[in-house]
Amino acid sequence: MNLHEYQGKEILHSFGVNIQRGIVASTPEEAVEAAKKLNKDTGTSWWVIKAQVHAGGRGKGGGVKLAKSLDDVRKIASEIIGMNLVTPQTTKEGKKVHQVLIAEDVYYPGESETSEIYMSVLMDRQQGRNLIMYSTEGGMDIEQVAEDTPELIFTEEIDPRVGLQGFQARKIAFNLGLSGLAFKEMVKFVTSLYNAYDGIDASLFEINPVLKTSDNKILAVDAKVTLDDNGLFRHPDYAALRDIREEDSTEVEAGEAGLNFVKLDGNVGCMVNGAGLAMATMDIIKMAGGNPANFLDVGGTADAARVEKAFRIILKDDSVKAILVNIFGGIVRCDRVAQGIVDAYKNIGDIDIPIIVRLQGTNAVEAKKIIDDSGLKVHSAIMLKEAAGLVKELV
Amino acid sequence: MSVLVNKDSKIIVQGFTGKEGSFHASQMIEYGTNVVGGVTPGKGGQTHLDRPVFNTVDEAVKETGADVSIIFIPPAFAADGIMEAANAGIKVIVCITEGIPVKDMIKVKEYLKAFDCTLIGPNCPGVITADEAKVGIMPGFVFKKGNVGIVSKSGTLTYEAADQVVKAGLGITTAIGIGGDPIIGTPTLEAVKMLMEDEETKGIVMIGEIGGNLEALAAKWIKENGTKPVVGFIAGETAPAGRTMGHAGAIVGGAEDTAQAKKTIMRECGIHVVDSPADIGTKMAEVLK
Repeated sequence: MNLHEYQGKEILHSFGVNIQRGIVASTPEEAVEAAKKLNKDTGTSWWVIKAQVHAGGRGKGGGVKLAKSLDDVRKIASEIIGMNLVTPQTTKEGKKVHQVLIAEDVYYPGESETSEIYMSVLMDRQQGRNLIMYSTEGGMDIEQVAEDTPELIFTEEIDPRVGLQGFQARKIAFNLGLSGLAFKEMVKFVTSLYNAYDGIDASLFEINPVLKTSDNKILAVDAKVTLDDNGLFRHPDYAALRDIREEDSTEVEAGEAGLNFVKLDGNVGCMVNGAGLAMATMDIIKMAGGNPANFLDVGGTADAARVEKAFRIILKDDSVKAILVNIFGGIVRCDRVAQGIVDAYKNIGDIDIPIIVRLQGTNAVEAKKIIDDSGLKVHSAIMLKEAAGLVKELV
Repeated sequence: MSVLVNKDSKIIVQGFTGKEGSFHASQMIEYGTNVVGGVTPGKGGQTHLDRPVFNTVDEAVKETGADVSIIFIPPAFAADGIMEAANAGIKVIVCITEGIPVKDMIKVKEYLKAFDCTLIGPNCPGVITADEAKVGIMPGFVFKKGNVGIVSKSGTLTYEAADQVVKAGLGITTAIGIGGDPIIGTPTLEAVKMLMEDEETKGIVMIGEIGGNLEALAAKWIKENGTKPVVGFIAGETAPAGRTMGHAGAIVGGAEDTAQAKKTIMRECGIHVVDSPADIGTKMAEVLK
């Protein structure tokens, strides 16, 4: 589950991580009030207005702007709230901005130069261990840094038996070229950051940039925080932070019905049991000359109610010109799935696009007979090759 | 010969008396699997499916001599169940549970290093040695005896592959569902090695999906050490980058872990890669001729 920047920062702060302070606002009026309060609390007289959407590259799309007066704050906030923000990570329609974060200006001049650092915490799948990845090249696209100057990216692996150790935090601060107060601040920053990662069942932290201020403080200016969905049961308070406005409404509806659905932009819908077979089915659609309109895993119990819900969700998309149902019945019997499909079809009424049903496994022959005898506009197949042929024919 | 489980395996079921555990244990018994008992804390001393129930795995091992365990414990407690099995001396632990937090699995992976045991899964369909032992949730009738081994991340795609192999006139030695989670006990490479060393297995089907580098690692090993033909398929050619497709592990991250990149590496390593999942069986028949 992804969090907004402001939510991520609040959580980090609760673990003692220094952050750029800010207040979230949903209207220009709230934005101005937030700016006034920040001025009182932090002394800042400039403010950064940041669109709160689940996508990176917000600055490039005009979603992050500096305000030098309260009038600026009102003007910029009213421009950003309600806009469709297009960034390199969104679709071309962009994402609607519902909230902005009014943040203190932390790039003020002082005794030393400010510098931007990159830092992330993630799990290394090969080792099955967490690691901290960091670089002196903050504020930039880390993929680009990895390509151009891989020697400037460092990693520190964490031993799960003992967690992050002091020597590791010091090594990170030294590798980042810090000394004096900034060094001490960084050791504290890294230690609290890792404690937060471990404490909240996170699956990714990306802090880009971490800023060394002109007065040698270390703080998180941005925060991308992703939580492990499987760990949410331990953190009902974080689970409540989910913002479903950021998700596709059909995907949310499917999720509530126990269906694993991802919307794609093709012309052939599909309904499959099992994630691997679902992806393979999408590949087959492509090879047969179509384009998959979705990923949909109905799970182990492909009963009539679920099948009907799945059909209704797929049919919401007008660009869908055909549907391929691919069920490998093992424990679940194919004849029952077939009956479910026929019942769902009749319940929905007039489906005017062709449906191809491929049922294989337990009682596949009986299942084919149920489909063929139903009198509905449904094509049946047993072997995957036949189903692929039917898609080719119909698309 | 076969790998991991066979007719002599003594198998216990953790989460024996629960809904999932009961259902699948009875299916396993029906297949002819040597299920010697089960574990449900607090229900020790009872009898379930005509087999004894124990409070702890330790007790079950001492009483029955069990060496294999299959786990149907809810995600919040499954990691604990895996460690209990290892601690009690179980040699092959098959964890079916889906949805275990990554943080728990990091701990499990570290803990298991001290024990001589093999973990299969989690979030997997299990292991089946045709006509001998079904330690999983797969439909047993699909897996007819033969000389092809299967390694796969996904459940239904494993059944699909096995079905095609059988329809192509061949059969299965052992099929290993390694699981789709970010951290699994037995990665593709380890499972492929087992089948390469198995005398009975003449060919191997290796099925992967987008995300991670498990298939690439296996492919490189096969290139240097492989002694049997391998047919490969990677699901997810059409999956868009950055989206989770059902399995937590199936996220396209960098350039290396797309379906296309994996297939290229596999082909370079001499694996017979099929683009369509409908061709797995016929391709295997062709290369074994």
